[in-house]
Order: sequence, then structure tokens, then C-alpha cells
Amino acid sequence: MRAQIEGSQAVAEAVVLCRPEVIAAYPISPQTHIVERLSRMVKQGDAGRCQYLNVESEFAALSVLIGASAAGARTYTATTSQGLLFMAEAVYNAAGLGLPIVMTIANRAVGAPINIWNDHSDSMALRDAGWIQLYAETNQEAADLHIQAFQLAEQLSSPVMVCMDGYILTHAYEPVDVPDQNLVDAFLPPFSPVQVLDPSDPISIGSMVGPEAFTEVKYLAYQQQLRALALVPEVAGDFERQFHRLSGGLCTPYRMEDADIAVIALGSVIGTIKDAVDELRLEGIAAGCVKIGCYRPFPSLQLRAALEGVSRAIVVEKDLAVGMGGIVSVDIRMALQGSAVPVHTVIAGLGGRSISIASLKRMVIEARAERLNEPHFLDLNTTVIDAEQSRRREQRRAGPVAEQVLRAVNAIGARTT
Amino acid sequence: MMQVRIHGRGGQGVVTAAELLSMAAFTDGRYAQAFPSFGSERMGAPVTAFCRIDERVIRTREAVTQPDVVIVQDPTLLHQVDVFGGLSTQGYVLINSTRSVEELGLDEFLNTFPHGHVCVVPAGDIGVKHMKRPIANTPLLGGFAAATGAIKIESVVSAIRQKFPGSLGARNADAAREAHDLVVSRLRDDKGVLHARAN
Amino acid sequence: MPTQRIKFYQTGTYTAGNRLLDEEARTVQSRMDRTNSLNSGHRACQGCGEALGARYAIDAAMRASRNRLIAINATGCLEVFSSPYPESAWQIPWMHSLFGNAPAVASGVAAALRAKGRGDVHVIAQGGDGATVDIGFGCLSGMFERNDDVLYLCYDNEAYMNTGIQRSGATPPFARTNTTQAVGGAPGNLLGTGKNVPRIAMAHGISYVATASVADLHDLEAKVTTAMGMTGARYIHIHVPCPLGWGSDPAHTMRVARMAVESGLFPLFEAKSGVVIGRTLIRHKVPVERYLELQARFKHLFEPRRNSEAIASLQAIADANISFYGLLE
Repeated sequence: MRAQIEGSQAVAEAVVLCRPEVIAAYPISPQTHIVERLSRMVKQGDAGRCQYLNVESEFAALSVLIGASAAGARTYTATTSQGLLFMAEAVYNAAGLGLPIVMTIANRAVGAPINIWNDHSDSMALRDAGWIQLYAETNQEAADLHIQAFQLAEQLSSPVMVCMDGYILTHAYEPVDVPDQNLVDAFLPPFSPVQVLDPSDPISIGSMVGPEAFTEVKYLAYQQQLRALALVPEVAGDFERQFHRLSGGLCTPYRMEDADIAVIALGSVIGTIKDAVDELRLEGIAAGCVKIGCYRPFPSLQLRAALEGVSRAIVVEKDLAVGMGGIVSVDIRMALQGSAVPVHTVIAGLGGRSISIASLKRMVIEARAERLNEPHFLDLNTTVIDAEQSRRREQRRAGPVAEQVLRAVNAIGARTT
Repeated sequence: MMQVRIHGRGGQGVVTAAELLSMAAFTDGRYAQAFPSFGSERMGAPVTAFCRIDERVIRTREAVTQPDVVIVQDPTLLHQVDVFGGLSTQGYVLINSTRSVEELGLDEFLNTFPHGHVCVVPAGDIGVKHMKRPIANTPLLGGFAAATGAIKIESVVSAIRQKFPGSLGARNADAAREAHDLVVSRLRDDKGVLHARAN
Repeated sequence: MPTQRIKFYQTGTYTAGNRLLDEEARTVQSRMDRTNSLNSGHRACQGCGEALGARYAIDAAMRASRNRLIAINATGCLEVFSSPYPESAWQIPWMHSLFGNAPAVASGVAAALRAKGRGDVHVIAQGGDGATVDIGFGCLSGMFERNDDVLYLCYDNEAYMNTGIQRSGATPPFARTNTTQAVGGAPGNLLGTGKNVPRIAMAHGISYVATASVADLHDLEAKVTTAMGMTGARYIHIHVPCPLGWGSDPAHTMRVARMAVESGLFPLFEAKSGVVIGRTLIRHKVPVERYLELQARFKHLFEPRRNSEAIASLQAIADANISFYGLLE
């Protein structure tokens, strides 16, 4: 039923429609509304025999699911930011063991400095942990991707992260069509595990593997992820046939047919970019945009095809590889290797900074004029940077950076958001 | 597209007001998007929330910096936060106060707005009357419906009843209706700047 | 009458002192239908107390659960020596995930079984002292406080043996490890450090907590059987000598374990819902010296000079245990 609801509620409802059997979670903003709702639905009996465990850490949350999944249960958790990093060891372990766990990442910056607002630093840090990573543009897509995620995870025996922007999506009210149980049941059959801890058929799981076989085990994991490149669009296609709407997929172009310049991004900022593209088009600039819906495995060939014909590409990414620059843009350059298309890295929206249509348009215009530095930090307050850098040159014991920058921002005047 | 920015303090239901507004617009058959100015603020700290209402799908996610409507739930913010920043000169202003625009020291600024676009509503008093607490968010939404005509008061009431089942919802709905009717009656007076005082 | 070839070392499980026990009083391990859940052929060192303890504990748990058992294993010696493929020694469904999460993984298995209505299947988790008292302690406490339906077995050999003998929170005072070496002014592990996890487990108010030792395998099996007959979170802390880490003769594992118990350094007791309800009396009390002198990890307490003060401190700990639990009454 279509309703005006919060993103977190939509996701919680979609997860329950998937008939999970074990949910374990530890609270962290901005994931809390999802798990609060799930705990309520489980407690009032809306989720059958599903067990909801309040655990003592994110590490425990995912560890519980590792056990539950190995015992044959459909499992779910949600986390973000510090929580994702706190469970990092188990994130790798779940993938290495081939357990089809589904986890929502309510994307949030990673400290220090501590920051509860949105960017993609958290999921990017674990992009190569062996999980499939899907990114949602809207709350409708976030809800839909969870239903697809269980299907993908269980077909591939691989865990899946559904990444949705913290606050921007998790706390936004917008129209979402939460599907009917019978349609979800028809789309998602009961979990049939490829390995299960069962006294009637005892197996050992998690043995040590030495140099004689480790490479082969890892190669098979690599092959398995590549299978997802075929399966993600297939599942999205099945989903469209069942639910009559497009959600998910590897990458999705917008006004790219005759585009000269492409903006590439992940997540909710795609909506803002689409509006910016429309305005640029009215001003005579042939802009287009490409959404990366599935980041791991990385759809190199599909992105290369989507970018065919452009003379310039700008990657807007909500993350930063200190000491390198962009993360996604490096992947895009690899996808485009051999072509002469310049690829710009634009770091934007860090720690929740609002990404405006005006800034995005300015970015495109500057890029066309070859005036974009590499990497470019969108809306960087250079006055504050200059002041802080000169202060640090003059003073050895300059104190903690974050506090000094806060002071400078307040003295010089904050951007109003 | 109509863009609304709501100012208040933690604990005053600012985020809820934006959510209710979006639900009311949805009931009216429009597209709507509500989201908070994400903070980890505790009770009493300044809080902002946004709502966009449009006839077509809303895609942008940027913060509302050029609002068409500003709602101020807590008048103590008027001279602490730039509540009117970016507000369109043709925009609407709803302020929760029992004082006049002059008494609030805003007459010079607000007199430039079109007739009927500035509403000072004793929303907190209406809240006390119906809910025994100075809850201003739902009355101000009633005032919003009356002043802007952008959503129906019935849709505001239905959003409130949906969000708050039972007597809490009924009392909030009554408060919204009272504020709505008060603003409508004052609008009929056709004063330049509207001071919707409770009699 | 069915017969079975038995190895010499197994005869002990038929006997108590010099008496042959009645069949019903014999250990699970002495029964022909024991499950050999941790099968022979694994790669533990000679004289490994952990392999011995695990074999008895798991076979007893299997019997108590009518062979409906799933085991979760923390990283550590037991995991490493038992599992290298294709030679897994485990005859039961067994999983290893990480060093610090065995209690949580077991909680997850228990939750899945609950969700599936499989009340007939039981879950145990097991780990060494490092996995239990140190790195997995948060998960252990969480499993306890949620009262998840898991029996946790800690095989305590008093240091990180898998990584090459480093100090853990269960390493006794003065013991030499590779990170508490017998050098400097205060050689070995520091007095006044370490934690008593059985007592901490009791403080959670869980249904059953016990200590056990490979020195008394009847008692170990009985405690596992008792625990398996209960529900909720349960904990058994099993003292298992490590000849390699302790510098003791592999042939003396039982003797070393017995000295720990008989000196009072490792008291055997059981507790229900936070209250001690039973303890094993010391039959022949021995001074701690008799225990210490069997192990190279305490050699610096005797050579080149006798450290009477340190030995007296350890004797005081043993005496305090004896008095606290009433082990000589």
C-alpha cells in the first residue's frame, strides 16, 4: 500500500515482509528507527516466530547472525558508521563463510571527529569485505532493495549490504509503496541453505585453510561475486515483473542518450543531481547522470557502456581516501581505461554537508571550463582552511584540529544550512 | 514546489510537524517530502525541519535554504537564529506568540510581506487549552492550512489522527482546527499583518 | 555379550581408586556407545589437557542431548588442532567463526533453533581462556545476561597457548609466559592481576556455573550432564594443563591438574542461580609448592634462589580458596 512514511519504517516493513527468522541489532544513530520498529513488530507477533536479540555490540549482532544463518535461519541486522567498523572482523567472516545475511547500512560518516551525519565513509571502508553492496536512491528503492537483497544473498550464498543515506533517507517522510505479503512470498521463496549445522548431517564449518587452498577458496568467492553482475539485473527484472516498478539494477542512466558530460554518483544525491541536470539542460548544457546502484561487484562494463559518447565524467562521491582522493572515481577510471575521457573526482557531502543543486551546476560548469582542481572538494570553506593552516605553521603546539576549525568557522561565519 | 522550514526547539515536535505536513499533503494527492535538519540536539536546543510539497515527484535532497514558508514554533528563537534566512519576499510566516509583530520587534521586516502572509498565532495557548501543555506544532499546522491554502484542514486533521491514535490525536486535531478557524476569521478582517490573537 | 577393544589409558574410566565401578556409575567415556565426538587423529600435543577435557565434555553433552548437539568453537588451540581439512576430528555439527565471538555465534544458533521450533537440538560454545576471559568476554557477558540457551565451556590453560604462550587474564601470578617473562625485579606475571570468570558468571545470575578439572573426569562429566539438563545460559570453567606452555611433563598432565585442585589453587565447585551449592572436598591437601615445582613456568620461584615470598603469596591464595569454599570441612 502506498503511504507517506518514514524511510526507516518502510525498510522495517519490507524486512518483515521477507519473513526473517533471526534479527540481532545494536542501536546507533541513524539506524535506530529501523530496529526499533522491527523489535516492535517482532514483539507484537507480526513476524511469526522471528527472534529479535538485543545484543551488547555490533560485533555481537553480526556474530549472532553468523550462527543463526549457519543454522539455516534467514537473518537481518542494520548498522552504520562506527558500528560497521566495530563489526568489521565479523563482516569479513560472514562473507568468507558464505552466509546470506542481509544488513542495512544507514550511511554515516566515520570519526574522528565524531559526526553522526551522512556520508559513505562507512560502507566504502568495507567495500572489499566480500559483501554485495547496493545503494538506494529513494526510500521506495531502499524498501525494494531489501526484498531483492534476500533473493540475491540466498541465490549466491553471499551476504548483502543495502546502503541508504543516514537521515537523508532513513529519517525522510516520502511516499513509499510497501508491497503485499503474497507478492513478496511469490517473489522470495523460503531460505534453502547450501550449508547448515544439523545434527542429522554433521559438517564442520570454518576450518583453517592453509596456503595450499586459500587462493582457490578466494578465487571462488571472486567468481561468485562476478555472478552477481548477471544476477542483480535479473533479480531487478523479476522484481519489476512482480511489483511493476523499477528498482535496483547495476547502474541506471538519466538523460544520457545525447549527454556530453556525465555526473556519476551513488545513493540519494542522485535525485538532486537529476534536478541539476534538468536545469543545466535548460541552460543548454548537455548533462546527464549515471547512478551506480550496485557498487560491489563493480559493474565496469555496464558503466563503460553507459558513459559511451561523453566527453567528460564527474564522479561525485561522499567519501575520501586520505592520501589518494576519490574511491569511486578510481573505479570509474579503471572502467574507462583506454578511453580519453577525463574523469573528475568531486568530494561532496562529507559529514552531512548539504549538496545543493546550485553547487552541482557550478561544479559542472567549472569542469567544462577546465577549472576543477583534482580532487575537487565541493563547497570547501577555503577561508577557514587558510586561517587554520597559517595558525598551525606559526604554532607547534597548535592543539586539536577539529576544535580549532570549529572555532574558526564560528568566528568567520558558518554557511547557513 | 512549496518549501517549508520549521524552527523550534528539541522536544517541541518540530520534526513531527514537518512529517504531519507531508502526510497531509500526501492525503491531498500531492507529492511531499519531510526531513529534519539532522542533529543530535537534546531537549531545548534549536531544531529545524523541512517539508517540500509539489505536484510531481520530489527528487532533490538538499536542505531548504530558500523557503516559501517559515514556521516558528518558539518565539525565543526569533532573535537567536536566522529563522527568516532565504525566505521569499512573497513567502508566508507563521509565528507562535501571544504578542504582536510590533512587540516582537519584527514589524519593520514583516510589514513588507503581502497581505495575510504573516500570522502570529497563540498556538501555545491553544495547545494548553486542548492538551494541557503548550504544544504549538499541531495548532500551527492548522494555521498553515488557513493562511496558505496549500493543504486542506481535513487533511491536517487526518494526518494527526493517523500519527496519534486515540484521544491524544483527537485533542491535537481540535487544537489544529481551532487555530485554523482563528486564522480564517482574522483573514476575513483583511489586515495587512495578521495578529491572530485569542479573544 | 558385545565386546570392544580398549586402549590401556581408558581403563581409568572404569575405576575409582582400585575398585571397578558398577556399569551405571562409570563414565560416559567408558561406554561402548560413546560418540567419539572429538575423534582420535587430531593434532593436539602429547599430554594436552584441553583435548582430554573437550573429549569428555562433548561426549557427555552428546549423551545428555541424545546426540542432538551443535558446537561453536572460538579460535584457539582446540579449533586449530581439531579442524584442518579434510581431517576434521569433529563428528558433530561444528563451526568456528572468530576468536572473540563464539558466545554470540552460539546465541545465534540457539535463536535460529528457537525460530524453527527445534527444541530438541542443544547448543554448546567452547573456547580457551583467552577467547573466554579476554577477547570474547563482552560476547560472553551478553550471552549470559540475555540468558540465551547455550552451555559455554571454557578450557582454561592459563595463557594464549595457540599463539605461543602469552599472558591472558587467566594467567596466575608469577607464572612465566612470553609476555610476562622471568626477568627483572618482579619476574613472571604480576601479583594482584587477573579475573575470576566463574564468579563473574555467577554474578549474572545464570542457572548454572561450575568449575571442573581434567583431574576429576567423573566430576567433569557429571557437571556437563547436569548443565545439559538445564536451560538458559550455563557456564563450566575447566582447568586443563598445557605441557608446552606450563613446562610440565606430558605424562604428568593428570598429576599437575590434580595438584592444582588438591593445593586449593583451583577450587572445584558448582553454583545454581548465583549460589554455590556444592564443592569437591580436598582429600589430601598438598602445599602449592608441590604443584609449582612440576612446572617450568614457576621455575624462577625456586632457582637460582628460592623466592619464599612469592610462594607464600600463592599459598595464601590457595588457603583463601580453601577457606572461602570450605574445601577441607
